[in-house]
Amino acid sequence: MKKAEIKDLKKYAVKIRKHIIDEVYSAASGHPGGSLSCTDILTALYFTEMRVDPKRPVWEDRDRFVLSKGHCSPALYAVLAERGFFPKEDLLTFRKADSYLEGHPSMKNVPGVDMSTGSLGQGISAAVGMAMAGKLDKKDYRVYAIVGDGELQEGEVWEAFMAAAHYKLDNLTVFLDYNGLQIDGNICDVMSPEPVADKFSAFCWNVLKTDGHNIEKIIESIGQAKDFKGRPTIIIAKTIKGKGVSYMENQAGWHGSAPNKEQRDQAMAELDKVLAELEVE
Amino acid sequence: MADKIATREAYGNALAEYGSDTKIVVFDADLSKSTKTDNFRKKYPERFFNMGIAEGNMMATAAGMASCGKIVFASTFAMFAAGRAFEQIRNSICYPKLNVKIGATHAGLSVGEDGASHQAIEDIAIMRAIPNMTVISPADAVETRYAVKAAIEHEGPVYLRLGRLSVPVIYDESNYKYELGKGITLSDGNDVTIISTGLMVHAALEAKALLREEGINARVIDIHTIKPIDGDIIVKAARETGVIVTAEEHNVIGGLGSAVAEVLSENYPVPLIRVGVKDKFGKSGKPDILLQMYGLTATDIAKEAKNALKKKVEK
Repeated sequence: MKKAEIKDLKKYAVKIRKHIIDEVYSAASGHPGGSLSCTDILTALYFTEMRVDPKRPVWEDRDRFVLSKGHCSPALYAVLAERGFFPKEDLLTFRKADSYLEGHPSMKNVPGVDMSTGSLGQGISAAVGMAMAGKLDKKDYRVYAIVGDGELQEGEVWEAFMAAAHYKLDNLTVFLDYNGLQIDGNICDVMSPEPVADKFSAFCWNVLKTDGHNIEKIIESIGQAKDFKGRPTIIIAKTIKGKGVSYMENQAGWHGSAPNKEQRDQAMAELDKVLAELEVE
Repeated sequence: MADKIATREAYGNALAEYGSDTKIVVFDADLSKSTKTDNFRKKYPERFFNMGIAEGNMMATAAGMASCGKIVFASTFAMFAAGRAFEQIRNSICYPKLNVKIGATHAGLSVGEDGASHQAIEDIAIMRAIPNMTVISPADAVETRYAVKAAIEHEGPVYLRLGRLSVPVIYDESNYKYELGKGITLSDGNDVTIISTGLMVHAALEAKALLREEGINARVIDIHTIKPIDGDIIVKAARETGVIVTAEEHNVIGGLGSAVAEVLSENYPVPLIRVGVKDKFGKSGKPDILLQMYGLTATDIAKEAKNALKKKVEK
């Protein structure tokens, strides 16, 4: 991938982070920490890898995406809006009673959302179902999902991983957004999922690791997953909760709270500075 | 006596019969020999998927597959469908209104020897409380066959409540017509109405015969679609007979009796007696003995019909 293209992707990622802050700020609620941690993965997926057409959101041959950690809807909505699925202005209606942008993604209301999620553990099962349908219909679309690290504590996730390997769903690629934090603190203190890589290997998945904030490396991992036959792929993406906003980074407290005006302005100033640096690079 | 066939058997046969449509996919959770989805598997193995003993995952996976244009029948025992997988059914199937049909067999006490842990007596209550859900509880093999057909034709989630026990065939194939959301008046009468569902429909017909011996003319209605419920047929019965008895193989809380009470109290209040499981768990035993122990026989219905008559008020 050309340097200019990578730079464009990085700019998109910053714009998406700005949208996330504004969505959560305007709603005075929502989940900024995990949204910021999966932003670069979503950017790589929607702006390079996924076969989607914003004019035909339910095109049957499209690649599918499931945000199993549905509370990070601000990131998904921001990416879909930047990709042209719906107007960017609508992002500011997030979580409001007259808006279609529900707190957690609803496939019936939001163009581009392929599965309603929010209750942890279920999205990954739905992604398995989509990948099974693709195999059954001999279609070449791919299915992507992001699962949270805290979400691994849900038993259903492992039922789904077992089924995906059993049905050899090599058309399924799942990202683990491994930011290490959940509402009550460090995931390894709350209920450790470790050793995660060994567990995925034991579940017969192809296991890759990447830096979840390095867009080039994310794209490289997706390519490797596409080339791998016979098994589904999990990409363990090391991320930082709150990435890109200094005071939110690595703070479990920013899992589900909104910034005040001053905090919002500071976040915007920080992100605008990054954007300006990318412009002059 | 007419032939006896379990509604689960009729379900499996109907899936095999109507399964030629390649949009139809069947999931099971390691119970295909019992739920009879194996009948479909034998004919269309490429569209049958065993999801293992993991009902929650099965339901949400069915949702994902349905989002790709499939009509997915997901089968397991009623206990593990409506019970264990409630939240997957609610959030992944009903909220997005996906085309998943839940084939829930082994509902009610008539599961028999497996006992309370496997006898779902709450499933109608749980399933009918979910928006977008249609709840069907067929009375016999003929009704089951057409209920499966109706479920295929209906766009959206359906819960099909089926039984393990072989039950008499009530309907005649040649003149049966299934209409989703419409009750069936099986036998007319003007003294009292027995509104029943599932295997209790046959018991209601027997109760009518018992009552006739005492000069009481009972109307018998089969409510095969519990949601959306046929309010018209219920109000008409209330108006014309003045008193209602409901009969179901389910807890008296939240099931058919409750649904009928809701219609009556909002539209045309008349005395109502609910025959059903009296808010207690089942137990092991032969199905017929259990139905007697828990007061779910024709004799029990007839007795309550006479009690209901005493409550009758002239309007």
